[in-house]
Amino acid sequence: MTRYFTEDHEWIDMDGEVGTVGITDYAQTQLGDIVFVDVPEEGKQLSKGDDAAVVESVKAASDIYAPVSGVVLEGNPDLAEEPALVNSSPEEDGWFFRLTLTDAEELEELMDESAYEAFVAKL
Amino acid sequence: MHEAPIEIDPDDEIIDTKAPLPLDAWHRARGARMVAFAGHAMPIHYEGILAEHLWTRQSAGLFDVSHMGQALFTGDSADAALEALLPGDIQALAGGRVLYSLLLSEEGGILDDLMITRRADGLYMVVNGATKYEDFGTFREELPDEITINFMEDQALLALQGPRAVDALARLVPGVEALVFLRAAALDWNGTELWISRSGYTGEDGFEISVPEEAVEALADALAAQPEVKPIGLGARDSLRLEAGLPLYGHDLDEESTPVSAGLSFAIGKRRRTEGGFMGAERILAELKDGAPTCRVGLRVEGRQPVREGAALFHASQPAGIVTSGGFAPSLEAPIAMANVGAAFSAPGTALQAEVRGKRVPVTVVSLPFVPHRYHRGAPA
Repeated sequence: MTRYFTEDHEWIDMDGEVGTVGITDYAQTQLGDIVFVDVPEEGKQLSKGDDAAVVESVKAASDIYAPVSGVVLEGNPDLAEEPALVNSSPEEDGWFFRLTLTDAEELEELMDESAYEAFVAKL
Repeated sequence: MHEAPIEIDPDDEIIDTKAPLPLDAWHRARGARMVAFAGHAMPIHYEGILAEHLWTRQSAGLFDVSHMGQALFTGDSADAALEALLPGDIQALAGGRVLYSLLLSEEGGILDDLMITRRADGLYMVVNGATKYEDFGTFREELPDEITINFMEDQALLALQGPRAVDALARLVPGVEALVFLRAAALDWNGTELWISRSGYTGEDGFEISVPEEAVEALADALAAQPEVKPIGLGARDSLRLEAGLPLYGHDLDEESTPVSAGLSFAIGKRRRTEGGFMGAERILAELKDGAPTCRVGLRVEGRQPVREGAALFHASQPAGIVTSGGFAPSLEAPIAMANVGAAFSAPGTALQAEVRGKRVPVTVVSLPFVPHRYHRGAPA
């Protein structure tokens, strides 16, 4: 499985044509305690850069953008009951949604793990 | 002991220097995440808003609120002169008593909310950080020249809030335990004079401590070393005051609000209700009698999704008002909000809908506060 990153601190894991999207550990520390996540519904068509999900901390709401274009397969059902999974396991159990990519070439514009680490180190 | 008065010309544009507050490095050394607030860098949180909020409710939280404006009003009849701008009974304010009041516009709108205390050396006032320059400009413009306003820029301000605040502070400053809610006194700490009032902005028992800036770091260290105390950021300060139903100026209160519409009629002194003689008195006294067209209310929100400031409220298809503050209440583990609604929609139990990102979320009007106040009022006399 290959993982890509965006400058908006999302990650996407690719398994065939299906991508799983979440936010990075860096992002969750910046947001603080997560109390609600609004994930997209199955079948929703997303273009790269669209508002895909909303993550609410105690203090504020933040938009999560689609890192690539695709059709949503499912939102993470566990986040409804336990939004704090985004804090405790941002890069595994706290994933936001899965989608089928419509343009796999968009992945080439994203960063790999080492490039993302270098990007965060400069922030 | 006080600074020379500085002249504030209300016609001059006030340039904010964004100078770091006295505890800037202290916060950073404790891992605070700093954000811009009221023209200063301020700590939003240290370990996290949820943990800090809950710690304050169960033990004691130390807040740096040095961004707030402190001033001392002196001169003969400063109390009577201030009554032109404030609807409280300032003349009846006894020594060491703290009063919540409102700075009013000519139309009776709220320019700021504030605390005023009678001290031996004058009338001491604390106003909001975001409005302090405008406030003191307004006071300078409206008050007679004989009244001197000392803008106490060399004083820092700390708040220690929570049920165990008294235990921690009394260990350092014996005597504070004798104060009751809304009483204040000058007390010595290691040769430094502190002005301490039993008051706060969390709904909990606690204290606000005015301290010379050269001593604030040592005092913050001494307080944070007490086992009951952790430093708390502005994030939890906001969630605590929201649960306590306390309005935040610039959000729940603004120039369009009046004391009556804001549910702050208690700030209009009994004598002032018959005598009037304050800014906007005609309108405000009429609203006291007949009610205001809008009303500040609390909202409980169905589900877990927070409803934030600016969300429109509806009663069926009819516009009902707007959310003025909203977020997640850590003590209730549920979203809550404050709103300004039409008088017809202000009764507790009224079902409304909030529009959040194009969806309607059911909300219910409730009376404030959401979490009961636990002030130390002392034994009844």
